[in-house]
Amino acid sequence: MSHRYLPVTEKDKQEMLDVIGIKDVNELFSDIPEEVRFKGDLNIEPAKDEYSLMRELTRISNKNITSATHSSFLGAGVYDHYIPSVVDSIISRSEFYTAYTPYQPEVSQGELQAIFEFQTLISELTGLPIANSSMYDGPTAFAEGATMAAGATRKKKVVVSGAVHPQTLEVIKTYTHAQNIEVVVADLDGTTTDLKHLEELADEDTAAVMVQYPNFFGSIEDLEAIEKIAHKHKGLFIVNSNPLAISLLTPPGEFGADIVTGDTQVFGIPAQFGGPHCGYFAATKKLMRRMPGRLVGQTQDDDGNRGFVLTLQAREQHIRREKATSNICSNQALNALASSIAMSALGKYGVVEMAENNIQNAHYAKEAFKSAGFEVLGDMNFNEFVVKLNKDVTEINDELYEDGFIGGYDLGLDFDEFKNHMLIAVTELRSKDEIDAFVERLGAYNG
Amino acid sequence: MAKKGSSPLIFERSIEDRYAYSLPKLDIEKQDLSNLLDDKFIRKEKAELPEISELDLIRHYTELSNKNWGIDTGFYPLGSCTMKYNPKINEQVARLTGFATSHPLQNEKAIQGSLEITYRLQESLKEITGMDEISLQSAAGAQGEWTALIMIKAFHEANGDHQRTEVIVPDSAHGTNPASATVAGFKAVTVKSNEDGTVDIEDLKRVVSDKTAAIMLTNPNTLGLFEKDILEIRDIVHGAGGKLYYDGANLNAIMAKVRPGDMGFDAVHLNLHKTFTGPHGGGGPGSGPIGVKADLAEFLPKPHVKKEGDTFKLDNDIPNSVGRVKPYFGNFAIYLRAYTYIKTMGPEGLKKVSEDAVLNANYIMRRLEGAYHLPFNQHCKHEFVLSGVNQKKEGARTLDVAKRLLDYGYHPPTIYFPLNVEEGLMIEPTETESKETLDGFVDALLNIDKEIKEDLDLVLEAPHNTVIGRLDETQAARHPVLRFEREDIVDEKK
Repeated sequence: MSHRYLPVTEKDKQEMLDVIGIKDVNELFSDIPEEVRFKGDLNIEPAKDEYSLMRELTRISNKNITSATHSSFLGAGVYDHYIPSVVDSIISRSEFYTAYTPYQPEVSQGELQAIFEFQTLISELTGLPIANSSMYDGPTAFAEGATMAAGATRKKKVVVSGAVHPQTLEVIKTYTHAQNIEVVVADLDGTTTDLKHLEELADEDTAAVMVQYPNFFGSIEDLEAIEKIAHKHKGLFIVNSNPLAISLLTPPGEFGADIVTGDTQVFGIPAQFGGPHCGYFAATKKLMRRMPGRLVGQTQDDDGNRGFVLTLQAREQHIRREKATSNICSNQALNALASSIAMSALGKYGVVEMAENNIQNAHYAKEAFKSAGFEVLGDMNFNEFVVKLNKDVTEINDELYEDGFIGGYDLGLDFDEFKNHMLIAVTELRSKDEIDAFVERLGAYNG
Repeated sequence: MAKKGSSPLIFERSIEDRYAYSLPKLDIEKQDLSNLLDDKFIRKEKAELPEISELDLIRHYTELSNKNWGIDTGFYPLGSCTMKYNPKINEQVARLTGFATSHPLQNEKAIQGSLEITYRLQESLKEITGMDEISLQSAAGAQGEWTALIMIKAFHEANGDHQRTEVIVPDSAHGTNPASATVAGFKAVTVKSNEDGTVDIEDLKRVVSDKTAAIMLTNPNTLGLFEKDILEIRDIVHGAGGKLYYDGANLNAIMAKVRPGDMGFDAVHLNLHKTFTGPHGGGGPGSGPIGVKADLAEFLPKPHVKKEGDTFKLDNDIPNSVGRVKPYFGNFAIYLRAYTYIKTMGPEGLKKVSEDAVLNANYIMRRLEGAYHLPFNQHCKHEFVLSGVNQKKEGARTLDVAKRLLDYGYHPPTIYFPLNVEEGLMIEPTETESKETLDGFVDALLNIDKEIKEDLDLVLEAPHNTVIGRLDETQAARHPVLRFEREDIVDEKK
C-alpha cells in the first residue's frame, strides 16, 4: 500500500528497479553493516488518519491557557499585539512558505525582493544604514553582536547591562563562553542600568557595551550617556531594541549605536510558545563585511532590469567554511516576511499609532495601580512596568487564571531583589475595562 | 501568471494618506507624550515605512509570490536540502489557536498542551535516532551542530581533557560543519575522501590524535554515499578518546533502516524542516534538535521537558548544562509540524519514505549516467552528484545547464557542491515525487546535453523564459546596495 504523500506504486517500483538493474529495494541498503541495521518497525504509534489526528491535536492545544481565552498582561520579551489579517493570508501562499533559500535568483525574485524590503524597513526603524535578512531571534542576534564585536575590535570582554532579559543574558554567556570572551554584568540602579558601575566595568579590553532598550523591566535606558561610556575606550555600542518601541522612541542609530539587534515578533508573528520568532541585525557600513547571516543586494540583468541576489556571500559558511564570520546558514525568511507585511500594513503612521497606544495604555495602567495603592517601580516606560506585591507572584497568577487573566511575569524567578514583583505588559490590545478589572482582581489577591 | 521584468518596491507604491490597518481604538484619556517621555527620547523623524491600501498591499505581495519558486510550484531537486512535499495538515495544526497564542513564560499548569507536544516529539525522535536524550532548543541545523559541539567540549573539559581542541571534518562536508566547529572554539581539521567518495581511513588514522574532540560526519555523506566503514571509523575515533557527531541533514535516506545511535554516534542534530516537512519558508525558520547518548546528557541545554505522572514539567536541574542556546523552548511551531508529520506517517510510512527516496535517486542517477559524468559509480542513497565535465568540454558550464533547466520549468539541483567534485550537480528528488515527474526532469537534462552540442548559445544565454534574465552577481558584491534609498525614486523620474 502506498501513502497519500508517496506516489511510487508497485508497478512504478518494478520499472525503476529494472532500470537500476536490481531485484529488491533492499539491495540499495546493502552497504549498511549488517550488525547495525535496524530490524522491524520503529516503536512509535501507528499512522493516524487526518481527522483523528486533527481532533487529538486540537484537544491537546486546548489544554493551554492563552491570550485567545484570557486577557494577557504577560510580556517579558513576547507580546500580544494586533496582527493584521493580511499577514497570514500572504504567508500562507505556498510560493513563499514552500520555497527554500533563494539560490537561483531568476526564479526567486519574490523572496529576494521581500527580503530587500525587510532590510530597508529595519534600517529605517533602527536608524542604521544596513540590516541583514534576519537572525534566529532577538537574543541570539544580540549574542552574535557580542562575538562579532570581539572579532572586530580584537578585544575579549563584553560589558552587559544587568537589565537585559535574563534568558538573553544566558544566551550571551553560552555564545561567548565557547570563544573565551569574558562577560561582565553591570548592576541595576532601580529598574535601569547603574551607569556608574557600567563605566567602571568598561575599559581598554572591552569589545562592546551591550544594553536593552527599552530594557527587561520596561524602562528606557539613557542611550546618550551609555554611548559615551561604550565609545570612550573604542569598544562598540550594541543595543537590543524592540522595533515597535523605536518607531516612537529615538532610534539607537541616532544615539550612535554601532549594532542594533532585536526581535520582530511584535510585528505580525504570534507568540507560538516562544518560537519561531525573527531576529534582526543592523549595523554601520564599516561592519558590513563582518555581519552574520544573509544579505540581499540589488543588481541588474542583461537587459538592465532591476533584480536582487544573495550577496557578499564570501563571508558565509559555504565559502569561507572555518573562516566564516558566523555559522548561520538559514534565516527566518518566512517570519521576516510576516513582519514586513505587518510593518507595511501599519505603515509610516500606523506603527507610531500602535506604539503610542502601548505607551498610553501602559501609563493608564500604571496610574491605576498607583491609585489602588500599589508601589510601581520605574519612571519612563514603553509598554511594561514593575509592580510590587505582597505575595508570591506565581501563586497569584494561578488564581488569576480562574478569573480570565494571564498575569505578568514573576521577576522573583530571576532576581532575588525582585521577589514578589510582577512585570506587567499592557499592549494596544488591552481595553480600559480589561485594565480596570485586572487592577481590581490583583488588588483583591494582594490582600 | 507573473509578468516579465521588475516589480516596484513597496516603497515605490507608497502614496501619502493610504493605510491598511485597523487598530483597536484607544478608550482611555490620552496624555501628552511629553508628559510621559523625556524629549530626547521622542523620535523626531518618522521611519519611512510605506503608505499603502490593503488591496494594493495584497497585490504587491501576490505579484512577488508569483515570481517565486516553491515545492508546490514544481520539482525542486536541491541536493542536501530535502525539498519534499509539505503536508497541508501541518499548517493547520501550527495555526491552532491554543498553540499559536501560547506564551512561553506562563506557569506550567497553563502550558500543559505545548509541553505535552514537546515531550511526545522528544520521545519519537529518541526512537528514530537511537539516542538517549533529545533537546529541541536549537533554532536550526547549524545551531544544533554548534550546541552538540559545545556539549562535547564541556564533556572533555569535565574529564580534564583540555587538550582536545580539534574537530575532524571530511573535505566533502557541509560548510556549516567547519564553521560550527570554529564558532564552538575548536580547530577544524580536514580528513580527505578516498576514490570511492567516502572517508579515507588511512588519512583518518593520520589526523586523529589525543587532540581530537570529535569527528563530524553526515551518513550518507554529501555525495549521497553511505560511509560503509562507519564501524571502523567509530573504533578509530572512540579509540582515540573522541566523540562521533552525526549531521542529520541526510537522515531522510536511512529512517527506520539504520539509526545514528546504533552506528556509534554520540551526538546528532536533526533538520526537522528537511526530514520532517517543516516547510523551508524561503530559507527558514527551521529547527535543529539535538540528540545525545547518556554520557553527554548532563550537559544538555536548559530546560528539558519531563513527564511526571500525567503532568509535564520543565526541568532546570541540569547541573553541568552548557546553558541556554536560545530563549524559551526552541522553534515550537516548527516542531509541531514535524510531530504532526511523524503521526501522519507512522513506523511503516517512515520506512517507506527512506526506501522511496533512495529508489527515486538511484533511478534518475541511472538514467542520467552516460550523458553526464558519474564520478562515483555505485548505488547512492537519497541523493547523488554528477559532474558536468563532459558538457564543460563542449563549452557549457554547470551554471549554464542549471539556468537552462529553469526554461524547462524545473528548479535546478544544488551546483558546485560538494567541493571535491568538479562542475558538480547534486540531485535529491525525495520520495514525494512521482515517476512521471522524474522522467520529465531526466528528459530535460538529456535535452540540454543535446542542445549544448547543437545550439550552444541557447544554453549559454539561458534562462529565456523567467521573469528576469541572468543577474549580475559581481556588481551586487562590488557595489553593495542593501536597502532602498528614497532618492532612487527621484533618480528614475529624471
